[in-house]
This record gives sequence, C-alpha cells and structure tokens, in this order.
Amino acid sequence: MSNDLLRADALAAGYGPVPVLHGVDLSVPLGTITAVIGANGAGKTTLLRTLSGMLRPTAGRILLDGKDLRGTPVEQLVRRGVAHVPEGRGVIGELTVEENLRLGALWRRDRAAAARALDEAYQLFEPLARRRRHLGHQLSGGERQMLALGRALVGRPRLLLLDEPSLGLAPKVVAQTMALLRQLRDDTGLTVLLVEQNVRSALAVADQGIVMSLGRVVLAAPAAQLRDDTDLRHAYLGF
Amino acid sequence: MDRFLFLTLDGLSRGAVLAAFALALVLIWRAGRIVNFAQGAMAVAAAYVAYSVTAATGSYWLGFAAALVAGLLLGVVVDVAVMRLVDHRSPLNPVIVALGLVLLIQAVLGMVYGNEYLPARAPFSRTALTVGGTAVLSPYDLFVFGTVGVVGAALVWIFTRTAIGLRMRAAAFAPEVSRLLGVNVGGMLTLGWALASGVGALAGMLVIPTELGLHPHAMDLVFVSAFTAAVVGGLDSPPGAVVGGLGVGLLLSYVSGYAGGDLIPLAVLALLLTVLLLRPGGLFAPVTARRV
Repeated sequence: MSNDLLRADALAAGYGPVPVLHGVDLSVPLGTITAVIGANGAGKTTLLRTLSGMLRPTAGRILLDGKDLRGTPVEQLVRRGVAHVPEGRGVIGELTVEENLRLGALWRRDRAAAARALDEAYQLFEPLARRRRHLGHQLSGGERQMLALGRALVGRPRLLLLDEPSLGLAPKVVAQTMALLRQLRDDTGLTVLLVEQNVRSALAVADQGIVMSLGRVVLAAPAAQLRDDTDLRHAYLGF
Repeated sequence: MDRFLFLTLDGLSRGAVLAAFALALVLIWRAGRIVNFAQGAMAVAAAYVAYSVTAATGSYWLGFAAALVAGLLLGVVVDVAVMRLVDHRSPLNPVIVALGLVLLIQAVLGMVYGNEYLPARAPFSRTALTVGGTAVLSPYDLFVFGTVGVVGAALVWIFTRTAIGLRMRAAAFAPEVSRLLGVNVGGMLTLGWALASGVGALAGMLVIPTELGLHPHAMDLVFVSAFTAAVVGGLDSPPGAVVGGLGVGLLLSYVSGYAGGDLIPLAVLALLLTVLLLRPGGLFAPVTARRV
C-alpha cells in the first residue's frame, strides 16, 4: 500500500480530436510538493485541467486516496479536498477581496470553521486584510497571488493544484510563494502539485520533479537529483 | 405647471414598471449573456395564469401570487428545457430561439384564451388623488412604486448580502473558477432565470391593468420600451436599468402628454437609436475590468 494521495495511470486527454496527453503516469505522495516542469505546450496545464475534471480524460484513471476521481463533477472537487488555482490565478476581478475569499469557504457546512479560516487567511496575507473592500481587478500581481492562495486555503484542501504560480510575478514574490508552500507542507501536511516553467524556483521547493515533454512524462525523479545532477539537467531541462 | 407635475408623476409610475422589467432583462444578461426577447411573452403567460386563478377563486391577490410563482417556474422551464440545449457559441442562437419562444407562447395563449382583450383588474383605484387641487398619484401608482421598490430592495439584498447572491455573481463573472470553488454554476444560472422571469411576471401584472387589458401581445410595446431602458442604462448595470426605466417612463409620459400618444413607439425607437449610436455600452457602462 503506497501513501500516494494522488495517482494518475495511463492518463490521456485532449481537446476535440487533438490529443494532448499520451498515457501520463504520475504519483503524488502525501505531504510532499511535486513540481511538473516542461516547456510551453508540454501539456502541463492540460494535465492539471484533466486532474481536476474540467477536461474529461479519454483514457486512464485518476485516483485520489485510492478512490477514482473520474465522474466527480468539478464543483464537487473542493468537497473531496482538492483545490485548483487555475492559470492566471482566477481572481474574480468584479468581486471584492472579501467576496473572493468568502467564495472559497462557501461550500463548507461548518460556518464557524469557515469564518476562522477566513481570519487565518487575513493573518497569513496581511496586505489582503487592508484591501478587503477593494475589487479583485484593483490588486497588484502579488496581491492576486495571495488572494488566489488564500481563497484555495480557506477550503482546507488536502491537495493543492497550482498552475504556474510564478507567472508574471517579481522574483521576490515568487520566492515568497515557494517559501509559503514549503511552510504549509511542513506545518499542515498539505500536499502540493504545481506546474511550472520557472524550473529553478519550482525545484528549489519541490520534493519530486516530473519532467513533461509533448504530452508525456519523460522523467520523474527526486527534485534534489534534478537540481544537482548536471547531466540530467542538461538532458531534460536544457540548462 | 400642474400638467407638467402630473405628467412627471405619471411618467415615474410608468417608469417604475419599465425599470422592473428592464431589471429582469439585465438579470438574465448578466447571468448568461442572453437578451431574453421572450421576457414579454413569458410575463403575459404568467398574467394569464393570474387571470385563471382569479377567475376561479375570485381573489385578485391569489392570482397575483400565482403569477409570481408561474413566472419563477416558467423561468426554470425555459432555462432547463430550452436555453440549456442551445449552442451558445454564436450569440445569435439564443436570440433566435427566444424569438421563437415568443411566437410559441403567444400562439399557445391565443389558442387557450382566445385572441381578444380580456379585462385586467387593478387591485386599487386608478383615479388620481388630488392634493390642493392638483391631480397627483393614484392609489394604484403608489402600489406600483411600493411593489417595485420592495422588489428592487430584495434583489439588492439577495445579490449583495446573501451567500446565494455571491454564488450567482461569481458564477456569472467567472463560471470556470466558480466551479473549482464548489459553486453549482448551472444551478445558479437556472436560479437567475427564475428570478428574472419572476420579476418580469410582476412587472407584467403591474403594467397590464394600465394598458388595454390582457392579450397575448399585451407586453409587446412594453418590452420594446423596457429593452430600450435596459440598453440606455447599460445591459450590465442593475442601477442603470432602474434609471433607464424611470427615464424612458418620463420620456413616454411627456411625449404622450405634449405631443400625442401615437408618437410613443417612434420616441422609444429614436431614443434607442440615439443611445446605440452615441454610447452603445449604455450610460452606466462599467469600466472594462483590467485582466492581468
């Protein structure tokens, strides 16, 4: 029995007749950070969209905690403990910071716990507390990042899927984000699957690295090995 | 001056109904990016339900309640049984389907109830009260203001203060993100249709007694005016719909009072054309959100 929180077996998916993923296998152990890296068009975003059910797989299966996730409607995913922060972070610009955050916890039955989670999010991301009444589209890139992460965290997920958290952000903000992920993993046992083009910052924080190319997993290795083994890096990451 | 005051008050009363009807159009536009051209016909159908219930029970208020319920249900049916099945990739598709619904609803109503005017009773006197020798508002006008005010306040409360309202707004602005956050986007859209159709039915109940009576085509001209009001305000803006409705109501009242009732359709179309030419987004068009 493995301790994988998420597993995908021979996963295939695509848009219409165009296949994008070709038999992707991956496993994300509980309480670890896995970084999926690869060039543009490698299928990273498609992989996340398939895992969260926004795109139906044409073959293969997805197991969360050993239970099949296919057939779970997207809107039920948060109730299974999966939070997906989509590409571009998905902050709703027409809603205020407070409304965006509340939305993340709205599905929770336990109102008191949801309110506590909201307070914690404001403590974790202090700039958000100062901008509660501001609209999403008035926020800076870094604040949006905080809001997107905060909104995912108020749902108390076990698994966090992140699509390019470094996109369009200053290096300092990227470093803060990665440090926060590590802290969440260490303190709360959060499992993270993140997709990145920013290989260095992703591998700096990840436990496992998965290299994708043209819709296939070409390498899955401990992140430390990918960081330190020059031959591997040259062969698969090109630097 | 008396005449001007009377026309202004009459225009505001008429405008309040148009505002409610425009609000119904705005609700559906915001929820699903559909201009519901069938809104008028759906409201008439609800008014016929009220007519039947009132005829059977003798109570205006039971009929009034039945119209609201019928409006809500009709909204659900139109969304689930018709609009869901329409391919929304071209914005023209739902428009054509809505126009088809108008024909269908009006034909069915004509077959069931006949194509002649049925009397539509007003629950309060429509004779204007006089204050100091000046004819001002009728009790019915006050009823209209009160009802539209309550409905408007209720909508504001639902959308800004309740969890379901937050879900509805989120689902409209960002359906995919909302689903990832656990919002049942399809359900919210259906709820939006129900609310809009209910508000439309209410507006129909309020306006029909002030016109010629109940007829399958009773809301045709009202729809044009309310559509103009919604466009004047900007289809995306609920406050715009209210201001647009009151503005169009005043315009219609002044035109019919000073120039003649025959010119009303012409005035509405001229206003619609002017707004579309000068400010197609409407007076209350929001600043387009910056996306990063």
